Amino acid sequence: MLFTVLTGLITSGLLIPFGKLIKIKWSFLLPLIPVLLFIFYLLHIPTIAGGTNLVQHVNWVPSMGVNLDFRLDGLSLLFALLITGIGTAIFFYARTYLKGHVYYDRFFAYLLLFMSAMLGVVLSNNILTLFVFWELTSISSFFLIGFNNDSKESRSSALTALSITGLGGFFLLAGLILMGNVAGTFVISELFSKHDVLLAHPLYPLIAGLIFIGAFTKSAQFPFHFWLPGAMKAPTPVSAYLHSATMVKAGIYLLARFTPVLGGNELWNNTLMIVGGFTMAFAAIHALFRVDLKGILAYSTISALGMLTFLLGLGTPEAIIAAAVFILVHALYKANLFMVTGIIDHETHTRDITRLAGLRKVLFPVFIAALLAALSSAGLPSTFGFIGKDLIYEATLHYEEHWALWLTALAIITNVGLVAAGFMAGLKPFTGKLPADFEKVHLPYPSMWIPPLLLGILGLIFGLFPGVVGDLFNNQAANAIAHAETGMKLKIWHGFNMVLLLSIATLAVGIVVYLVNKPSEKKLAAVERFNRIAPQRVFLRIGRSIMRASAWYTHTFHNGYLRSYHIKIIIFAELLLAYKLWISGPIKINWEELTPLSWYEVGIVAILLGALYIIVTTRSRLTSVVSTSVIGYCICLMFVFYSAPDLAMTQFTIDTLTTVLFVLVLYKLPSFINMTSRWIVIRDAMVALGFGVILSLIALRVLQEPNTTDVSSFYGENSYLLAKGKNVVNTILVDFRGIDTMFETVVLSIAAIGVYSLIRLRLKASEKE
Amino acid sequence: MKSAILQTATRYLLPILLLFSFFLLLRGHYYPGGGFVGGLVAAIAFVLHSFANGTANTMKILRYKPLSLIPIGLAISTLSVVAPLLFGLPPMTGLWFEEPIPVIGMIGSALFFDLGVYLVVIGVVLTILFTIALEQ
Repeated sequence: MLFTVLTGLITSGLLIPFGKLIKIKWSFLLPLIPVLLFIFYLLHIPTIAGGTNLVQHVNWVPSMGVNLDFRLDGLSLLFALLITGIGTAIFFYARTYLKGHVYYDRFFAYLLLFMSAMLGVVLSNNILTLFVFWELTSISSFFLIGFNNDSKESRSSALTALSITGLGGFFLLAGLILMGNVAGTFVISELFSKHDVLLAHPLYPLIAGLIFIGAFTKSAQFPFHFWLPGAMKAPTPVSAYLHSATMVKAGIYLLARFTPVLGGNELWNNTLMIVGGFTMAFAAIHALFRVDLKGILAYSTISALGMLTFLLGLGTPEAIIAAAVFILVHALYKANLFMVTGIIDHETHTRDITRLAGLRKVLFPVFIAALLAALSSAGLPSTFGFIGKDLIYEATLHYEEHWALWLTALAIITNVGLVAAGFMAGLKPFTGKLPADFEKVHLPYPSMWIPPLLLGILGLIFGLFPGVVGDLFNNQAANAIAHAETGMKLKIWHGFNMVLLLSIATLAVGIVVYLVNKPSEKKLAAVERFNRIAPQRVFLRIGRSIMRASAWYTHTFHNGYLRSYHIKIIIFAELLLAYKLWISGPIKINWEELTPLSWYEVGIVAILLGALYIIVTTRSRLTSVVSTSVIGYCICLMFVFYSAPDLAMTQFTIDTLTTVLFVLVLYKLPSFINMTSRWIVIRDAMVALGFGVILSLIALRVLQEPNTTDVSSFYGENSYLLAKGKNVVNTILVDFRGIDTMFETVVLSIAAIGVYSLIRLRLKASEKE
Repeated sequence: MKSAILQTATRYLLPILLLFSFFLLLRGHYYPGGGFVGGLVAAIAFVLHSFANGTANTMKILRYKPLSLIPIGLAISTLSVVAPLLFGLPPMTGLWFEEPIPVIGMIGSALFFDLGVYLVVIGVVLTILFTIALEQ
């Protein structure tokens, strides 16, 4: 399984150097990757359908419990098949859709990256690995939404999507780590047995809440739904692949995956039911007001995701079966509708459904594909959508008595909206009279219309043989979600009962709504008046205030004046040290213990003070630099007196070189003009004095600390035995703390390269343009 | 700064100071000294030469850009850090030749590590100073 994840990642990386080849004539190789992976996973169906799970373990960072653990069970297989199967269709489709695009190679690199990341998410058996892949999907989605990078809207949509899903990722990471720590394991298959431990733990509500936020942001649940319509700025193959069939379902996958770990209680079920239920009805109604084809599909996708969340929330075996089936149903018809939309957009250059009509005359095979998808989405008997709808009603009807009615009503409202939205997207552009300006529209290459047609036909076949399909794909998926035998048996015909009646009623009402509802710009504007209180605005406002705050912070603290950085750093250090000094208690000095002053010490202090006086009063830069080095040499002498020859030597040479450096720089500066006001001089003097006083007090404070010699005696004893050196300072530098020295030299090197590049590689005036 | 005395003096001081810096490097393991101080002294020797004869002339003596000493030094240090891995020991383990070499004394991986530091320090100091000095 590892190789299936790696193939895409490696190929994606290889496209950077070899992208040119792909652009010219090797592009037929690209779809081979999803095709082969799809076949690989198809071959696993018999094993998984038989109830066995595959496990693979590769060490990655074993010391931190992060390993490349993969596990293939029913749920993972269903998703892996969707990712590679829909991926195959999309790769063929996109190859033609984007033919001749400047960033053709880049597009496929992102798409492959996404596919691998998504496979990683659904196959991971380690929650931290899962998170890594989870974030990779967000990142690749960011690149794909912003693919048309010369459009401002597309860039800002990409940023919105990344900030919402990225934010969710933060919460998810926190939730996963908490969960792992409480359960004592990061391996998903081991977490199943910790269900009771987790549920009884006081942190359970927090863990569940954090994971909810992660899943809801990814799967565009209210109030985080608004990034998904924005994400439709991406090229249509991306919308079809990421933002309807696969990536947005990662959140659903997460919830399904953790249902046996964290679910099965009121908090889990009720939250999912409320959020999912609200999202599905809200988005289904919203979809009816859109005039942009992709807008309609975006909202109906949100609604479908809400439906899945809702079903997982119901949590009954029937609901879980319904969810497992609906994932497949939705992926099939929604990817199809998106690809159809892409063809329409590609050929007519518009997606406005008020303008599109009669296209069946010029795009007949596309019309068939769209019709199959619309019928499946409407749940017409004998389509796969019918099976899905049946199961949903069965799940709501058989829920606890006094809730069943309300839940069913909610599901009906949603489904009516979805039926109408499906017809609006799949039927409306093809019916009616063909406008004159579309008469020249012609059919695109078969590689564009065959994939949606195939998906449509597949939906029909699945609908005719639901029993076989259920056994192959959905049965084990439902078992994995419930972590028990759900005993699923899909049937076309359930007999005349309440469920069938509701299905027919939904279809009828949906068709009526479709015929009556005439979306227009005016209606859309009426709906958009509510935008002021929409979550999107709230998030936008939060985002803007964060930007403002960081702009204020940057301008105040990073104003570009070296002196201002210095004073802030020093004041901060003073406050920190003063606080520490304050809480460490009073300073007592035992004068008896101090060694008496010698005459040469007095002499040096006198020189030191003299040099200080000159620095403060002189009006020449050179004089002050020389005086500074006098102070440095005085300190060197102090080191010599107190028997630290290594330090003294280093200090001596450093001081010499610093002075040389100063002189070199001063030479280039304009002559010195004193422009500082009296107030600034006093302020600087206070800061400097404060620092001196605090450091002196610390030195005195250190004196009264008990003298521990553990460290120095360790080095004294071991420097010859372990490092074969008699100079303890040197053995510390090159042996005991050698890694420190190593990195210090690296830091020095970086500084040198910095100086070199700042000065030598400065742009010439002519290059600045 | 054109001074005949300084120019003549540096002609002799440069080799002597360089020798001294190398001496500091070698004795570092037993007595005060080491790669860091040695490197600084060597750098000072070249700086002195550049004061007397001009930076351009010093660069001529050096032949190679001081910047190129940095990767060489870092490579030597890194090699001495990872060399024990070849013997199946953890990195940074001190490796020593059994017999001392005349004049130099005991030779081990620590000496090479110090040599790397020595070269990096010379490279860094001279790069910074000469770059600033040569800036137009």
